[in-house]
Amino acid sequence: MSNAPTREVARRVFADEFNDAEFTFKESDDERAPLYALLPTGERANRVFVVGTLTETEDIGEDSEYWRGRVVDPTDTFFVYAGQYQPEAASALRDAETPTYVAVVGKPRTFETDDGSVNVSLRPESITTVDEATRDRWVVETAERTLERLDAFDDEGNEYAERAKAEYGEDVSAYRRAVLDALEDFDVQKTTESSSAAHQNS
Amino acid sequence: MSDLSDTAAEIHDEFSEHVDATVDDVEARLEKLVTEYKVPLAEARRSVENHYLDEAGLDRDELGGRGNDTVQVEDVDEPEQWVDLTAKVVELWEPRSDSVGQVGLLGDPTGTIKFTKWAKSDLANLEEGKTYRLGNVVTDEYQGRYSVKLNKTTSIEEVDEEFDVGDNEDEVEGALVDIQSGSGLIKRCPEEDCTRVLQNGRCSEHGEVEGEFDLRIKGVLDDGRDVHEVIFDEDATEALTGIGLEEAKQMAKDALDTTVVADEMRETVLGNYYRVTGPTFGRYVLANDTEKLDDAPDPEAVLIKARSI
Repeated sequence: MSNAPTREVARRVFADEFNDAEFTFKESDDERAPLYALLPTGERANRVFVVGTLTETEDIGEDSEYWRGRVVDPTDTFFVYAGQYQPEAASALRDAETPTYVAVVGKPRTFETDDGSVNVSLRPESITTVDEATRDRWVVETAERTLERLDAFDDEGNEYAERAKAEYGEDVSAYRRAVLDALEDFDVQKTTESSSAAHQNS
Repeated sequence: MSDLSDTAAEIHDEFSEHVDATVDDVEARLEKLVTEYKVPLAEARRSVENHYLDEAGLDRDELGGRGNDTVQVEDVDEPEQWVDLTAKVVELWEPRSDSVGQVGLLGDPTGTIKFTKWAKSDLANLEEGKTYRLGNVVTDEYQGRYSVKLNKTTSIEEVDEEFDVGDNEDEVEGALVDIQSGSGLIKRCPEEDCTRVLQNGRCSEHGEVEGEFDLRIKGVLDDGRDVHEVIFDEDATEALTGIGLEEAKQMAKDALDTTVVADEMRETVLGNYYRVTGPTFGRYVLANDTEKLDDAPDPEAVLIKARSI
């Protein structure tokens, strides 16, 4: 096999959990070692894939362009920041007409604010506009992946769940509720849509 | 049955093709060690096996453990496994070395796999189009491709089974999360049998050459658990992006830059979900068929699971 490092999987995580993932770490002392965010449901994430509604974009840069986009999913908002080192993503934010569905592949980053709290944001590798079907698929897929993590949360030898418990505590019920809300919301939407379609037909 | 006679029967099965001993013979040897000399059963088994290995002139490796797994071609995913296989000879190739008796392609309904039969194995010749049950072949791997080797302990039995040989296609799905460099409108070396992609107009083998345009995408499908690298050739790229070779050339000409093609493709396809089927070569799946996944997902099953936790 080649010695090329294997590509990191893009984790699926809802915004409410992502924004809680304040703890980051590296697996080795090598300065090029990948940086991981520790997800509270017990997984490490070097990369994530999110799909949601881009509701606002703003150039908050002073000397040079620095774009912030708000990407909303059924649970919360992802904050996406792109500057001169992410030229494609920055121009995608600059050119985007909001609101629109976008898919973002990116890396979790944290920064400490003046009041000492930690903000979690997303440094995009790519931002592209997608359709509603893709957004819907992402919601169901992300619910599924989150449930898988919750399922394995108390498994013996689940290293990242152990670390998550130590960093964030053992109560993950909020993330399960968020999954339920996201799916039920989705279910209601679809039912309403199909019943209104039925009305039109009658 | 006692542990002793179970073990005896197992040992007998292991050696039935190689040694002319009855189960009772085996059991007697075991019993002598276990009851008379108080040797633990596992150690007694090892000792008895060694005796029969000596008798048959075999190495332990050649024995293939306690009965081989009967596998299908698609199950072969590890080197140095001793397996049994029923397969049809799809093609025979010209051996390139005197040490190789026969070489070619075997197939079953799940796919095809290369086989090599050593010259010194002294086995009967396989015939193209016939199906055989091959006992005790060993798997091998080279650059991500698996093969099986027939050796002097292999049994060959022609069988009367008809099936269509499968095409080794894998199916992968996920979100397209990356289109890697070397994608879009590329140039390939025109030298005969060299299709290397040029870097800055140079072929790593033939130096500076007048390249020939081609379309290709090296993409990454990611389902949140695993990543799959996928290569789309010219046709598959056009089917995926709606951009054909002529259009791509025109785009590059207008922009005086070939990279606009890959940029445009990224905007069109990144972030969408796809299902790709095709054969796997090394780390890549070659896209034969690509389907965009845009049907409405069903949250019901996930919802039931969410409520049950």
